[in-house]
Amino acid sequence: MTAVATVRDVTMRFRGHTALQAVSTTIEQDTITGLLGRNGAGKTTLLQLLTGHRVPTSGRVEVFGRPPFEDDDVLSQICFVKEGQRYPDAFRVCDAVTAASWLFPRWDGDLAEQLLTDFELPRTRAVRKLSRGMNSAVGIVIGLASRAPLTLFDEPYLGLDAVARQLFYDRLLADYAEHPRTILLSTHLIEEISDLLERVLLVDRGRVMLDDDAETLRSTALTVAGPRAAVEEFGRGREVLNTEALGGHARAVVRVSGPADEATALAAGLTTEPTPLQRLVVELARHARAPEPPTAPVALEEVPR
Amino acid sequence: MNEDAGPIFRQVADLIETAVVDGSLPEESQAPSSNELAAFHRINPATAAKGLNQLVADGVLYKRRGVGMFVATGAREQLLKRRRSEFADQYLRPLMTEAQKLGISAPELSSMIQRWEDER
Repeated sequence: MTAVATVRDVTMRFRGHTALQAVSTTIEQDTITGLLGRNGAGKTTLLQLLTGHRVPTSGRVEVFGRPPFEDDDVLSQICFVKEGQRYPDAFRVCDAVTAASWLFPRWDGDLAEQLLTDFELPRTRAVRKLSRGMNSAVGIVIGLASRAPLTLFDEPYLGLDAVARQLFYDRLLADYAEHPRTILLSTHLIEEISDLLERVLLVDRGRVMLDDDAETLRSTALTVAGPRAAVEEFGRGREVLNTEALGGHARAVVRVSGPADEATALAAGLTTEPTPLQRLVVELARHARAPEPPTAPVALEEVPR
Repeated sequence: MNEDAGPIFRQVADLIETAVVDGSLPEESQAPSSNELAAFHRINPATAAKGLNQLVADGVLYKRRGVGMFVATGAREQLLKRRRSEFADQYLRPLMTEAQKLGISAPELSSMIQRWEDER
């Protein structure tokens, strides 16, 4: 695999606030990577560094082998679709699309036209008069039609309804299959996009928490359920991300290293199921904030009413 | 795909295997491409390709350069053999666990199976 972008030991500080702390990662060529994390985790800052909108306080960012900042050769290969993108006041939808067509060497005008129709965007309406969702759709049209070797979408679906989001996912997959390129997609809608992802990069409070194949991650945490004692026993010596109990029954999300762990759980009379990506991300974020790793399961029946 | 059913590439491989076993994808016929699978199941093409490659490694499919992937001769027999050997673990285990919980003995269970067969 070839790296399109490398981030090495990057720290980004704003006045009195560290947005990214010693972040290192690699974006592989021709993959769809999901950039996940809570609000304020540092996702947008990372995207701004990759697109040369900012220079890191320390560390090194390289895109196509060079620092992207003020490098026109590198920047012409990058399309960054920002959250709530603004366009000049006088721009109509067709003007925004035409302007974009001049910017990107691999622009596909036919695809842009097709997408404008698919998203039912009125070509001659002023962009500033569009609804929030339609404004987002303009960004999506430009991001897809750019065919940029590195395309970054920063929460591109603000205000987009479910039908339009599905349209975005379908068109993204179809065009990506025909024209493989590197896509970085920052999102909170993990469940919706998890099947689209090949790689997952999870940042939490400015640090990288997960950086792995989506398929690998699906098997790194097991949700086990069964008699409370057996669940506790299984959790011993393993990293337990979350435990819930109801009477004598308990359920836990446990990090495991391989199929042997699942066999152990089954032999102990527990039921097992893989932990979906969204649940893993939620439990990891919660776990990172827990003051002490809980030694005993939280007993739901003991909560005072 | 089903988020709770393990790796997606495995689910893709299982679906194709099932089609081979039930005969809807006959031997020497062309298997769907990774892009077709990706579009249909709304999954990443690389994941679909991983599922196909797994089947090639298992000898269920074979590649014809520049054409695509095809079901190998003997694949159905091979899959039947494997699925039969997995049958006890996948289907009998949950059945027996539930039967024990309810106090249904093995002879009772087998007469239930007989009755179910007779009624069909």
